[in-house]
Amino acid sequence: MSTQEIYNAILAFDEVSVKAKVRAELGAGTDIQTILDDGLVRAMDIVGERFSAGDLFIPEMLKSAQVMKAGLELIKPLLTTDQSRSKGTVVIGTVKGDQHDIGKNLVAMMLEGAGFKIVDLGVDVESEVFVKTAAEQKADVIALSSLLTTTMPAMEQTIRITKAANLAVKTIVGGAPVSQAFAHQIEADGYSADAPGTVKLVKELVG
Amino acid sequence: MIIIGELINASREAIKAAIESQDSAAIQKVAQDQARAGADYMDVNAGIFLDQEPEYLKWLVRMVQTATDKPCAIDSPNPAVIEAAVMVHQGTPLINSISLEKERFDRLLPFVAGTDFKVIALCMSDEGMPQTVDDRLRIADKLVGGLLNNNVKVENIFVDPLVQPLSVNNSYGLAFIDAMEKILDNYPGIHTACGVSNISYGLPARKYLNHIFMTMAISKGLDGAIINPLDRRLMAGIIAAEALAGRDDFCMNYLKAFREGLFEG
Repeated sequence: MSTQEIYNAILAFDEVSVKAKVRAELGAGTDIQTILDDGLVRAMDIVGERFSAGDLFIPEMLKSAQVMKAGLELIKPLLTTDQSRSKGTVVIGTVKGDQHDIGKNLVAMMLEGAGFKIVDLGVDVESEVFVKTAAEQKADVIALSSLLTTTMPAMEQTIRITKAANLAVKTIVGGAPVSQAFAHQIEADGYSADAPGTVKLVKELVG
Repeated sequence: MIIIGELINASREAIKAAIESQDSAAIQKVAQDQARAGADYMDVNAGIFLDQEPEYLKWLVRMVQTATDKPCAIDSPNPAVIEAAVMVHQGTPLINSISLEKERFDRLLPFVAGTDFKVIALCMSDEGMPQTVDDRLRIADKLVGGLLNNNVKVENIFVDPLVQPLSVNNSYGLAFIDAMEKILDNYPGIHTACGVSNISYGLPARKYLNHIFMTMAISKGLDGAIINPLDRRLMAGIIAAEALAGRDDFCMNYLKAFREGLFEG
């Protein structure tokens, strides 16, 4: 018996098995932090890596997140305040003028799986709302998504007013028309081409 | 089936390069190839060029119209750019697209009112992406109602119930098809249209899904498609599906395509 079995069950997308394995580990008195880190979170890291490499696909990423969450629910009540504290807070949304949410939702889901607190503002979000929310939530990162080329200027605008507000928050951007070069040009603190890459990026920025 | 050739889109690397170097021959060749392969409209899209989009889109319209006798599908998320490109277009363009997003709707509705323009009515609104059949129908009703009230003829409207990726929700395939079927029932004489490739986003072997989805949609009445007409297998599938759906009298198109060798190889 080991947390490896939890990890394996997530990679097999087997919710029933994940719950059983987590219960077994809890019964055996395994450290909760170990179950979380070596079983659940490590499995999602590898899911992310395989997705980025093109070996796993979106439905498998969604399913593994669902399976992981089922395991997480079992240990959540047992976490100490310190253990359950999030790794950081990310305010995320699709910028003004853009209704597309698929990429944004995937990123939010993967960040949540990695232990970040997510404040999802949805789509078509005004620049000011990002900044206001980030201030209220004492966010570490504002993550901006866009699918349309026409809404890329809204990203620039949001970053500009974020900087002007002088918050201790990093800004990152992503979406089909966005590139590293564009991120650099509008002075975003980071860019990622996919959801798992965003998790890595946020860990670097926050860690 | 009304085929809207999708290849003249600046998000494709070759087209972007041709636009930047103002290579008329390259654009004209793509237009001619698509026309020969059966395109009824040429979609033109220069959306990746933010500031130069209006100039480039007008140039694309001129290039297509000097190379072929096909009308353009003027494709931009920006209503002002659509208007600019329509101004240089000869004949009757297809507007791609109006939607229920307030800015687009309020600006394009008076522009198309009382004209003979063909219009794609995309089922999107400011309330986020439609998820269910009912979401799509609610948007379609407002869009079509608005167009009809503004003297756009029903036969000039192509409703696109919005194809969304199956990879994120396994009801999205049928949500599109069921909505489309109801729209065709509710508004006799109306057309439907869509791009199919979005259905397979996030999944492998995308062509396979695209082809089968197209066939399924045709069986329920889809009569317009924004596709790559140079994809012979897709075109062959469309022609076969239309015959099977009873929309090819005496299988004439099917047989013509057979004699032209479309089903070989």
